[in-house]
Amino acid sequence: MKPIYSDATSALSDILADGMTLMVGGFGLCGIPEKSILAIEALGVRDLTCISNNAGVDGIGLGRLLRTRQVRKMISSYVGENKEFERQYLAGELELEFCPQGTLAERCRAGGAGIPAFFTRTGVGTVVAEGKEVREFGGVAYIMEEALRADISLIRAWRADAAGNIQFRKTARNFNHPMATAGALCVAEVEEVVPLGTIDPDAVHLPGIFVDRLIVDPTPAKHIEFRTVRKREAT
Amino acid sequence: MGWTRTEIAARAARELRDGYYVNLGIGIPTLVANVIPADMPVTLQSENGMLGIGPFPYEGEEDADLINAGKQTISELASSSYMSSAESFAMIRGGHIDLTILGAMEVSERGDIANWMIPGKVVKGMGGAMDLVAGVRRVIVTMEHNAKDGSPKIKRNCSLPLTGCDVVDMVITDLCVLERTALGELFEIVELAPGISADEVRARTEARLA
Repeated sequence: MKPIYSDATSALSDILADGMTLMVGGFGLCGIPEKSILAIEALGVRDLTCISNNAGVDGIGLGRLLRTRQVRKMISSYVGENKEFERQYLAGELELEFCPQGTLAERCRAGGAGIPAFFTRTGVGTVVAEGKEVREFGGVAYIMEEALRADISLIRAWRADAAGNIQFRKTARNFNHPMATAGALCVAEVEEVVPLGTIDPDAVHLPGIFVDRLIVDPTPAKHIEFRTVRKREAT
Repeated sequence: MGWTRTEIAARAARELRDGYYVNLGIGIPTLVANVIPADMPVTLQSENGMLGIGPFPYEGEEDADLINAGKQTISELASSSYMSSAESFAMIRGGHIDLTILGAMEVSERGDIANWMIPGKVVKGMGGAMDLVAGVRRVIVTMEHNAKDGSPKIKRNCSLPLTGCDVVDMVITDLCVLERTALGELFEIVELAPGISADEVRARTEARLA
């Protein structure tokens, strides 16, 4: 059975170290492991490489670790919505590797699946292809992209059982699934740990083999970046 | 004269076909969702991991776990499904998405597209744009024909860093519809907006047209 923690600091304090590479799940602010990020801020580890589709916003998510200068390098596909990120990047204080979003997801999936590299059409003829092997298959050019691995994967999910079997909720699955598989250790924040047998084995999104520690956070903040609604039709 | 942004979106919607799986970008492409004909069942994909995007939720029903790729709250349909980012882009890269409609800063005469970065300005990243133009079967660009200063956006070669090379099938602007029938070919004018002549299109386009 997987160790269950009620706070993220105790779940992470004995495994985090300066200079580590972390995968951080989420898309925008949806499905980010926010308690783990707050714990990293409190523990003060530095020189981190963070592989994450986005970099949070000012003061939320990874934006907090940028503000405290704990991040040395980001590997991301899109980093808008973050003024402090822009400032550090333009000042040369932060290293940044842009990676197309689908390539980023596949590099994580490949890392977790024992595939060291793969070929993709994405980025052929663009700056993304610079310095990469190009090979033709069936007369079409592809570039080689290498897999990514991390020391620790930090993910957010809906619920887990004690065996670490996980279910995500709606679009909060995003990068959490492939990243969970590509960390030497995976720490998952969940809203609830349910008794064994509660999750139908046919409905497990992420089998427990990929999960090492669980953090229970029954009332996550769950930020919305752009609240868009429609009016109810008059009856 | 010429088409408004909404009319460009409506013209793009006429490229939809029954049963298409479609990914819409930000800007004018987003407006396409509002003008899909009721008798044209299409499924919208959101690259953050959803197939079957529903309308914006009713007030009070917003769910932070349910957003589109523009990070806006949305709702689900009876036909919707969710998947990881890896599986979502497997759909895109694997050629399972029939059509993507995207905005652009520049398009070249051979179908190159630049829509992710302006050197010297703040770089936000390409997101999923490079994956979409490389993997989706048909790529339509909707944009203003010219930049605000009047300079051409449809050029011999893109001056901005590319998003994809030889990938654009059709360009719909406020002036006209341009289409290429095969990769490597030049675009030709296939339709003009009301009050716009082919000569005017050629005068406002740097690219050679077929």
